[in-house]
Amino acid sequence: MSYAMQEEELNSSPSIKSALIQGLLAIWPICVGYIPLGLAMGVLGEKAGLSPIQVGFMSLCVFAGSGQFIAVSMITAGASIPAIVLTTFIVNLRHLLMSSSLAVHYQGACRKKITMLSYGIVDETFAVNLNQLKNGPWEIDKAIVASYAAFFSWVGSTTVGCFFGRFIPENAFGLNYALTAMFITLLIYQLNGPIFTITAVIAGAVAVGLSLVMPGNAYIIIATLFAATAGVIIKKWRQPRGNQ
Amino acid sequence: METNNFILLILGMGLVSFIPRWVPLFFLSKKQLPPLLIEWLELIPVAILSALLIPGLVTSGSPRVFTPCSIEMLVALPTFAFAWYTKSLGGTLVVGMLLYWGAGFVM
Repeated sequence: MSYAMQEEELNSSPSIKSALIQGLLAIWPICVGYIPLGLAMGVLGEKAGLSPIQVGFMSLCVFAGSGQFIAVSMITAGASIPAIVLTTFIVNLRHLLMSSSLAVHYQGACRKKITMLSYGIVDETFAVNLNQLKNGPWEIDKAIVASYAAFFSWVGSTTVGCFFGRFIPENAFGLNYALTAMFITLLIYQLNGPIFTITAVIAGAVAVGLSLVMPGNAYIIIATLFAATAGVIIKKWRQPRGNQ
Repeated sequence: METNNFILLILGMGLVSFIPRWVPLFFLSKKQLPPLLIEWLELIPVAILSALLIPGLVTSGSPRVFTPCSIEMLVALPTFAFAWYTKSLGGTLVVGMLLYWGAGFVM
């Protein structure tokens, strides 16, 4: 590894080229996968009354698939700005974990590059970069290339989707179900053991109960925080018993 | 939505999305997050996805009422099964949308 790095330092242009090529090779399936998702997001944005520029601006500033889907559905429902921002925060809080697990691998890296890389952390880019790190050295330049390729694919496909949205009638091809189908899949990805399933059941039950008695969207945050806390308590309570 | 409000919303969303991504990578070079916080954060995604998903399936109207046999719920069952076996996000998106579209013609 040190020999390769010395060689790269001596001749910077091939190293930039190889970072570009290797980054793109690792990320291209994600870029392709973002296209239908981004188009669906763009169309829903148009139905919520947003222009292609607004949708592109949102993707550029926020870059969070599920966060943006949720924001668009809340805009459609007429939710307030603080409610949407707070929900986005909670939804994207999971990136805290991904960022801290990448921190171990890029301890000595340049601060500017670290800031650049952190902007591009989403579930998919994290998964790809971590997978590369498991298989061997994966320099921060490559991680940045991979993350930003996915980022531009997302910005492009959401903007294009919004542009074509006006030609697509309301709920054509079951578009209104895109978000639900996405949540179902993402939920299944998260069911990594009994404690996750228990937490999901608590969150779902509390959310349904609260949504029936209180107006607005605050039930989402309350049910989430309650269920995650309950999940940790149940886990702690089960652990000592299991060890004995 | 008014343009100024929209810009405010997006900047707010951008800021709260960026901070959790940036702070650990920038400041936690050697230290790790407290274990209890990690365990709690690990449960946040599953909790919020469930809290977002389930009420949309089994409630409807405004004020909301309990409707456990809605089209949304009936379509969710095969969609869930498809997602469970394929683990494919794109595939599930297409299957769920087509089933919902089809259910609209039948029901």
